[in-house]
Amino acid sequence: MAIRVQREDFDVGAELSGLTEGRTDIGAITSFVGLVRDFGAANAGGMTLEHYPGMTEKELAAVEREAHARWKLSATLIVHRFGRLEPGDRIVLCAAASPHREAAFEACHFLIDWLKTRAPFWKLEDTPQGQKWVEARADDDAAAQKWETRR
Amino acid sequence: MKILWFAWLRTRVGTAAEEVTPPADVDTVATLLDWLATRSPGHAEALAQRTVVRVAVNQAYAKPDQPVRSGDEIAIFPPVTGG
Repeated sequence: MAIRVQREDFDVGAELSGLTEGRTDIGAITSFVGLVRDFGAANAGGMTLEHYPGMTEKELAAVEREAHARWKLSATLIVHRFGRLEPGDRIVLCAAASPHREAAFEACHFLIDWLKTRAPFWKLEDTPQGQKWVEARADDDAAAQKWETRR
Repeated sequence: MKILWFAWLRTRVGTAAEEVTPPADVDTVATLLDWLATRSPGHAEALAQRTVVRVAVNQAYAKPDQPVRSGDEIAIFPPVTGG
């Protein structure tokens, strides 16, 4: 289990290789990479990601622990960036490794859905009208909620 | 008691962190929010819509009836938008 909150970019290939290094018990790794998307005219460009140092790490670790409680996982990783980000930049990496693919797929999906509604990060987007705080989306709540009922 | 404000709540209040000493009858998250709202027009505006206010006590999510005491770190913020 590993979580990191950092300003710097990350190398997806290197992160995934590191997850299985020296191990032969892992049969599958799935990963999710979130990117800064250019919304076109409504969006002048990048964003600044604020977080709550200390609590952010605790919440990410709690999400990861919950994944391990629900699925048979060999390893997990969450890397989340903060600070200034431009369109196309990587924001977040979630990865789940397991002996079998099904647990890896489901756990990875769970990691990103739960962290989106729990980990204290806030996006401040650049728009032609100036900077604007992104509002929480109901479908993110719904995505997280589905894991409550599927337990 | 240390109060931390994040995202647009911080913008409204005008500060990221403040040290406060509420009266003794302010002993839960809900009564603390009520008391903080009286501190300035910015505080009142930030806390006007409680359904979009999240609170953490000592870096863990807290419900309105959770006790607060001196020495606690109380963070107040809008719904999160990471990932």
